[in-house]
This record gives sequence, C-alpha cells and structure tokens, in this order.
Amino acid sequence: MSGYTIELKKTDLDTLRDVCKSFNNDPGELINVLHKAQSIFGYLPAEIQEVVAKELNISVAKVYGVVTFYSFFTMKPKGKFPISICTGTACYVRGADKVLEEFKRVLKLEVGETAQDGKFSLSCLRCVGACGLAPVVMVGEKTYGRVSPDEVRKIIEEYDGL
Amino acid sequence: MNLVKLTIDGQQVEVEKGTTIYKAAKQLGIDIPVLCYMDLHGMNIENKPGGCRICVVEVEGRRNLAPSCSTNVDEGMVVRTSSMRVINARRTVLEFILSDHPKECLSCAKSGHCELQDLAVKLGVREIPYQDTAEMSTYQKDYSPSIIRDMDKCVMCRRCETMCNDVQTVGALFAVNRGFEAVVAPAFEMDLQKSTCTYCGQCVAVCPTGALTEVDHTPSVIRALADPSKTVIVQTAPAVRAALGEEFGMEPGNLVTGQMAAALRRLGFNFVFDTDFAADLTIMEEGTELLGRLTKHLEGDKNVKLPILTSCCPGWVNFFEAQFPDMIDIPSTARSPQQMFGAIAKTYFADKIGVKREDLVVVSIMPCVAKKYESERDEFKVDGNPDVDFALTTRELAHLIKQANMDIKTLPEEDFDSPMGESTGASVIFGVTGGVIEAATRTAYEVFTKKKLEKVEFQQLRGLEGIRAAKVDFNGLELNIGIAHGLGNARKLLEDIRAGKSEFHAIEIMACPGGCIGGGGQPLHHGDSSILKKRAAALYREDDGKAIRKSHENPAIAELYEKFLGTPMSEKAHHLLHTHYASKQTVIHEKED
Ligand code: SF4
Ligand code: SF4
Ligand code: FES
Repeated sequence: MSGYTIELKKTDLDTLRDVCKSFNNDPGELINVLHKAQSIFGYLPAEIQEVVAKELNISVAKVYGVVTFYSFFTMKPKGKFPISICTGTACYVRGADKVLEEFKRVLKLEVGETAQDGKFSLSCLRCVGACGLAPVVMVGEKTYGRVSPDEVRKIIEEYDGL
Repeated sequence: MNLVKLTIDGQQVEVEKGTTIYKAAKQLGIDIPVLCYMDLHGMNIENKPGGCRICVVEVEGRRNLAPSCSTNVDEGMVVRTSSMRVINARRTVLEFILSDHPKECLSCAKSGHCELQDLAVKLGVREIPYQDTAEMSTYQKDYSPSIIRDMDKCVMCRRCETMCNDVQTVGALFAVNRGFEAVVAPAFEMDLQKSTCTYCGQCVAVCPTGALTEVDHTPSVIRALADPSKTVIVQTAPAVRAALGEEFGMEPGNLVTGQMAAALRRLGFNFVFDTDFAADLTIMEEGTELLGRLTKHLEGDKNVKLPILTSCCPGWVNFFEAQFPDMIDIPSTARSPQQMFGAIAKTYFADKIGVKREDLVVVSIMPCVAKKYESERDEFKVDGNPDVDFALTTRELAHLIKQANMDIKTLPEEDFDSPMGESTGASVIFGVTGGVIEAATRTAYEVFTKKKLEKVEFQQLRGLEGIRAAKVDFNGLELNIGIAHGLGNARKLLEDIRAGKSEFHAIEIMACPGGCIGGGGQPLHHGDSSILKKRAAALYREDDGKAIRKSHENPAIAELYEKFLGTPMSEKAHHLLHTHYASKQTVIHEKED
C-alpha cells in the first residue's frame, strides 16, 4: 500500500510495449511475451515485469509467479559470454555432470549465477539436439562437443582479453 | 439435467453429472476431510487445486486413490471414503505436510481454529516421522500494519490466492517458485506493506493455518486497561453485534448488542460507546456532500463529478488509491465512522470530561482487518497521537472476553453510555451491503424534498447480489443508485465510470463480500452465504426495533452540531471529519536514454 517508482529507459520501455502489442496485450500470452522480452533483454528484472503486468493488465505478483515457476526465465542478467552445459540424458550419461563441476570450480560460480565482472554466467540446458556430440557445452552461440573436464580451462581461456 | 448414479460407502446416491465425489458424499452426510479445497457457495467460486490430497478416496477399479474434491463422479462408480487404505494414505499425506510445518501450536495465533491442527487431531497423528530427515523451509515473517505473514506455516492450499485474485481482483498474492521453495507471496517476495494489498483480510479469513493472521492488538489494549492514568473508551462497529455470539457457540443471526456492552464494561472500559453514533455523523456529512454535488450537477455545473462513492470502508479506500488513482476525486471525502468517532472522542469528548488527549485511549471493535491500518494513517494523527489507538477484530474481542472468563451467553443486556452511544436504526444497517446508501437515502430524501419519509425501508437496496442497481424517487427526481460489495464487483463499476458508461448518481462500495458482516475480522464463515444472510437479517431486525431510524433525528448528533461542529461540512467538520486521498500506484518513470 505504499506505491513505489520504477525507472526504465524510454527506448527499452518502447521496445517492451511493442512486444506486448505484438501479442495484442493478451494476458493469455504472458509466457510468450516473457520469452520474447527475455530474448531481447537477456533477463527479466523487476522493472520489466512491472511493465509487462501493466501492459497486459494483470497483477505483477502473477507475472513474478510465472517467472519464478519456469526455470527458463531468469531475473539475473546473463554474462557477456553465457556458458550453458547440456544436462540432457545423453550428455549426462557421458559425464556432463563432471564438466559442470569443473566449470563451477574454475569460475567460482553456481548454476544460475553471473560473475561479478559480468563476463561469464553459468546455466544448464535440456537436450540441445546434438546428442552425437555429447557432452555439449555452449558459450554464446558457439558449440563445443565431446567436452571433457580437463578441456574446461582451455575453453575459458579462449575468451581471455575479449 | 443429466443424472449419474453411484455408490459411496455402500449407499446409493444420484447426483448431477459433473459433480465431484466430495460433493456427492456431502449429499449423503459424509464429510470427507479437506485442506486445500474451499467452496464459496454464494459466489460460485471454488478453490480446488487438488494439491494437498488429504481428501483422497478409494474408487473401485482404479489403482490410485483419487482426490475427491477434484474428481468428478462417473456412472456406477463405487467409492469408499474411509477404508483402512484411505485412512492410512490420508495420515501419511498429513505426516508429510507436518514434517515441513513448525510445531508451534502452543503459541500460534490460529491455535484452536486451525484446520491443520484439527486434521492432526482427527487423524490421530501422534508422531511426525520425517522430521529429522527432511529440511524445513524457512522464511522471514512479514509484518504489515494489519496482517502478519508467517510463511513457515503455509501449506500451499492457495485459498488466499483465490480470494485475492478471483474474488477481490487485487492481485497482491500469487504462488511463486516451485517445489520445496513454493509459497504464496507478493511480487518479488516484497513485504505485503509495499504491495497493492488493501488489507481487506479476506485471505486471512480463509487461511487454514497460522500462515496469515491479523496483527494482534489485544496485549496493547490490556496494557491500556491496566494503566490507571489512562481513560480508555471503546466503540463497537454495527456488524460485530451480529456475529460475536458465534464465537461463543451461538447460532448465526443472534444479536448480542446488550451482552457485548456488558462484557466491555466488565473488561474495564471507562465508557462503552457505539460506532453507530459516528455512522449517523457520517450520514450527516456524506449525505450533505452528496446533496451538494447533486444539486450543482442538476444546475448544470460541469465541474461537479458524479457518481459520488461512499468512503467508509478502508479496504475500499486502499483499493482505489492503489488501482484507480485517476479517480480519487470522486469518492466522498467523509472519513469512515471509526475515524469520525476517534476525531470527536479526542476533541469534543475529551474536553467534555476534562481528560488530556494523550491520556485518552480510544479502542475500536471492528469486523475488519483493514481498520488497523486505517487507524495508523498519518492523516488521522495529531502530533503523532492517533485518533484511534487500537482496533480489535470481532475475533480478538471474543478472545479477550474469554480470557476474562466471561461468556456472552450468560451476561445481562446493558446499554451503551451517553452521548457517543446514542444511535439510530440507520446507522445499524451500515454493517451490511446496501445499508450505508439506505441510511443516506433516508436522510437525503427528507433534506432534499423537505417532506417526511413515510416508509423508511428501501427494499430495492437490500440483498446479497454482488452488484445491484436501484432507483429511488426523490419527489419526481429519479436517483440511480449502485451498490457493489467485494472488490471484484467494485472494479466492474469503477471501470464503467472510467469508460464514461456509468449512469449512477451515487454508489456504495464495501470491500468484503456481504459488507462488514462478512469482514475479514469476523468469525469465520467459510464462504457459507446462509450465515451472511442471518447476520444481515439480525441488523435489519435491530434497525426495525429502534425508536429513531434516521440519522438526522439522532438527538446526540444534533447536540454535537449545535455545541461543537456548527453545520455539516462546516470548516470544523471539514477539519475533523473529512480526509483526502493520494495515489498509491506504482509509477513507471521514463529515463532519457
Ligand atoms: S488482505 Fe485482501 S488485498 Fe491483501 S493480500 Fe489479503 S486478500 Fe489480498
Ligand atoms: S498462506 Fe494460508 S491460505 Fe495462503 S496458501 Fe498458505 S496456507 Fe493456504
Ligand atoms: S482437499 Fe482435495 S486435494 Fe486438497
């Protein structure tokens, strides 16, 4: 009952409103709107959820409920180089868990976290459909196949100085 | 109608297709235990997430037990509601729930009224197996002026979510996270106080456990009563007298006005007054404001906005401040009766008995949870001292009376004290939907037409329909009156006004379904509208039995104007009895790039 103010850049606000409009501001399209918004902004901070709620005329508590229910959505910004480890069945059987542990150890990050300097973030993916290459790691758009734990450091070093 | 025949516990029953097993069993008088399920008969709203599985039953031919609250009947179905397999499963389910629930029953606010505790008693749980292996989820307690959220005690039935979203359309609460972390919370798990919550308390009223409770003001009241340097006075809202008896095992619909006054006197209040007095005062102010706006409107003044909306319900005030801030200039500026009472008590009455403001403690007994927040609003304080110090709910009062070893049933009937205990029938019906506008109509009619109103009852304004429209003839001028109770219904009328589609001259709005008789602080009615009907009938009965039934004929009110306020809407009246509203909406601020 106190009311508060949130701030957003005008261009971002316009983009977001356009996204909502492209789904006819239909509350039934909430998940699709959030998907689209996340693909544009990389994550869904509180400000974005407030605007989506307002545009679709639903409560922000509901938007937040949906964002926290689906693990796909994130409220934290991804790193400049988002690292995703596939933990689908094929990758898992071939040791994705050990690869993941190694990334966590080297980067000192937990799954879902982003490094202080914003460079790397760590997440898990469900099957990316490249089972022949299991275990699969993606950094941004780039795919690495048959990754073993001792290759982890080398992958990270590729991004040194970038 | 399509009928289905089935057998439950060996008895045949025929029910409509689409009925749940739970309801079919109920027809046979079999009460299957439930936890998450909630049926709001009067509103056609059901909460059946089918999540807790306490209500499981055995259906012949099916391998798994079925949740009866959310499984529909089939032709020829054979159901067993209490086979040993069912009882076993039910207990296991309960043990699981209890393994992630604090064992604080000794000091829990819901103890004795808790549905989870009742189930543990009913199912004879004596030990809780999984508690050493399972981790307990813990959350910080969230204190707001009216409501405490203790999410460690949440069982995820989501009843509160249904009340807040479907009935009230406030949308302050929603289920967030998943699995073990799941909980019902405001957006971003912020404090309730920051959210759009109106403190209507409807979520508190349906929560089966101690997860949602009202802030308890009884210890402060006891302290004030025990302090010899304080003069402690009390006011009681109309709806309280029609429900308090229920807490003492009386049938709904019994009026305990006199016994309540007796109990309050014995608790040590120096003066036992009635909010009804202030309700009469509200009518004088709000009625005058209505007539003023109406007259100007009829004269063609384009600056005057109609409809005028009532403003005596704090949940409703919170709602429009947060959700319709563009329309804060149309509700009446009149304060609620609780606050009018406080303002007069701490000025006129304090002077009269020669007590300093700081030494006078004003306690109110309300059917309402939002009244606690209202009493703490800055607009209603003078140098930090509130006009109303503490607001107890009907449930809290019952508790206090029991603590003092009294029983409402065996107390004598006593009267309220004078002068702030004098009231009319008009003020009594404030407690039921339609009552405020009926009371206003009784006075406005006589003032406007300068004629005597022969029949004071306006049947067209009564009833429990969520939204009602009625016409009242003011000597040739037809007045369109709208009524809404429950914030979801209020929203519809407000959206019409916003769209310029509203034809009403005046609208009464109450946040709680049924009006104050169904308030968030009343004895729990579990959505049973027959209880609300009985409480409403009780108030109309009290009105009927009153010698004076129009607010402007209350002699104590006449004296108050004569000796203190002057006329309705006078400068003094404005200062003490009116208020202003402010937007509480979340603002989206555009930053330049
Ligand atoms: S008090 Fe009313 S508005 Fe606030 S959370 Fe509960 S149901 Fe929603
Ligand atoms: S807070 Fe109460 S009503 Fe709401 S989900 Fe939890 S237990 Fe149910
Ligand atoms: S009462 Fe039926 S599943 Fe909870």
